[in-house]
Amino acid sequence: MTKKRGLINFIFRISGVLAALLFTALVLLIAKANPWEAFSNIFLGAVSTPIKIADSLVAWVPLILATCGLVITFTTGLWNIGIEGQISLGAIMTTWALRLLQDSGLPPLVIILAGFLAGIAGGIIWALLAGVLKFYGGVSEIFAGLGLNFIATALTLWLIFGPWKRSGVASMSGTQPFDISIWLPTLTGYRLSIWSLLLAVISVLIVYFILKHTVVGLRLKAVGKNSKAAIQMGISPSKYMLLSFVLCGLFAGLTGAVQVMGVYHRLIPSISSGYGFLGLLVAMLVDYQIVWAVPVALLFAALNIGGIQLPIMMKIDSTLSGVMQSSLVLFFMLMDGVRKKLLKKEEGQSNE
Amino acid sequence: MNEFLTNMAGVIAAATPVAVAVIGETFSERSGVINLSANGLIVLAAMTGFAAAYTTGVVWLGLLAGFATGAAAGLLISFSSISLKQSQVAIGFILSLLFRDLAYFLGTPFMVLPGPTVSRWAIPLLKDIPILGPLLFDQNVLVYFSYILIGVSYYWIFHTRQGLILRGVGEQPISAYSRGIDVNRQRYLYTALGAGLIGLAGPMYSLSIKAGWNGSMTGLDGIGWIVLSITIFGGWNPLRGSFGAYLFVFLQWLGLALQSYLTNVPSQVLQVAPFPLMILTLLFVNIGDTEWVTRMLATLPRGVRGGFYKLFRFLRKPPPASLGVPFERE
Repeated sequence: MTKKRGLINFIFRISGVLAALLFTALVLLIAKANPWEAFSNIFLGAVSTPIKIADSLVAWVPLILATCGLVITFTTGLWNIGIEGQISLGAIMTTWALRLLQDSGLPPLVIILAGFLAGIAGGIIWALLAGVLKFYGGVSEIFAGLGLNFIATALTLWLIFGPWKRSGVASMSGTQPFDISIWLPTLTGYRLSIWSLLLAVISVLIVYFILKHTVVGLRLKAVGKNSKAAIQMGISPSKYMLLSFVLCGLFAGLTGAVQVMGVYHRLIPSISSGYGFLGLLVAMLVDYQIVWAVPVALLFAALNIGGIQLPIMMKIDSTLSGVMQSSLVLFFMLMDGVRKKLLKKEEGQSNE
Repeated sequence: MNEFLTNMAGVIAAATPVAVAVIGETFSERSGVINLSANGLIVLAAMTGFAAAYTTGVVWLGLLAGFATGAAAGLLISFSSISLKQSQVAIGFILSLLFRDLAYFLGTPFMVLPGPTVSRWAIPLLKDIPILGPLLFDQNVLVYFSYILIGVSYYWIFHTRQGLILRGVGEQPISAYSRGIDVNRQRYLYTALGAGLIGLAGPMYSLSIKAGWNGSMTGLDGIGWIVLSITIFGGWNPLRGSFGAYLFVFLQWLGLALQSYLTNVPSQVLQVAPFPLMILTLLFVNIGDTEWVTRMLATLPRGVRGGFYKLFRFLRKPPPASLGVPFERE
């Protein structure tokens, strides 16, 4: 019986993926583009050369880091839509630390570590703001987070065009790039840094360990599953929800730090690059299981990198990647709904 | 003085789509369904509306296309949340991203084209009333439509039997059901109608206030989130909600007007000024309900306490009790 159920679940998941592909193909046909050509361009754009594969991994790092944090807030039942702003604040604080220390004569390793710590602090501060607004102000974390996202964007723009503007003219291209000595070291010829890759893998392991093998993880889950029961067990839901905000802010801050020190080497206006929202989609798609987030985030990252080819090769907009990603999650959830409905009906009949 | 009146007439025109979308969201949430896709939906409907009006050359078809886009989205949300019992927040969030990306992807052929716009039509006689005339009655038809909509939707929700049913479905679906009302049918209907109104806000931008389609530069990304917050501020009441919409756009205008005086504040900062404002508003609306405030108030002398209670009760209207909860017949 369980085997049969497993097979049914698998069939429904696959049909969700197929439905999303069909939908995307339909969208392409409406735009008078050849779906097959588009899909193969995306695929080749993500994996055809070692450089492109490395680029997909470069995109995977911030996405999986953001997802690591989001899995924790989802565990306590929170919608941390403010993650985009938390990533930006991490990036801002990292940039601030690097600007402060770059001419101090300290060894680069110390400066880079300070950059990471500052980034983490920035992410945590912004996440705590959302948490405090929720628990002491009664503002839903969704709206607090959204507002804080826009404020973070404004802060970034203000810094780039104001106090931190380039010598000469301020521009949308960002602040003055840092000296190469304080970049995260990359593999020769690639944009990929082994440091950030390692950081991402370690983060996944840590989150997995916290949620599966610690008392804190168990309590976070208890708060998310049944907060009334948690109170009776002597667990304070708001305390643990605040903790999950802090942990998520930590990973969001790391994401920002990696983007500044490992990818852009400066602060740019769209420093979070939408990885926070994309992380929300990934977390929903994998039903908040961090292990499954690893391959799914890789797929989404590859779609992002492959999508860059679309305007070059076919003169169509690269937002198609976004359409594919969100329709994948949508149809997955719809199919899940259909499956549950059918199973319920079946159970109802067998009971009679 | 005349210049100020013209500016205020502009504020009213610019607040019209916001007010209409807030009323749409209010209908949907009154029935118990949160439409979190509003942000993407307004962008998508602005694109489809512009595309329809541009291809046919008929403005009205553009507005209709915007409404239809919204209503279709509403049916999709009802289907996934009511029939398939998926989380309204999850589905809404996914759709808000999907709709926005779809709009940018499919809208490419319509970028930066001169399209038809809704023309201005001053109402004879009424337009000659001093002050109110130029302020309210020298506008386009969409603005007049919004006046009617505000009045009718308020009357509908609070003074008709249908409105009583709507509120009942959102507050106490079980009792509504026991009185023979098809709860899910009501929710389907009002979600589709509400989403249709949110969709209508799209072409109200692309065919009037921000005429044209410029992809991600159209500047509509973010408005939907504001609409959702104003719905809360408005206490799920069309009158209070549209007041919130006018107030919001007025403050936005004030920010821009101040820009010439505050030259050392970069324009990016003033452009996002509405968002801290949104958080502050929600804070004021909700803070009276939190545990620590309740505890603190209890320590105050009775007279002072009463004043605070009154203030908070005025600020905070409780959401429909069954908002976001799927209905199960037991």
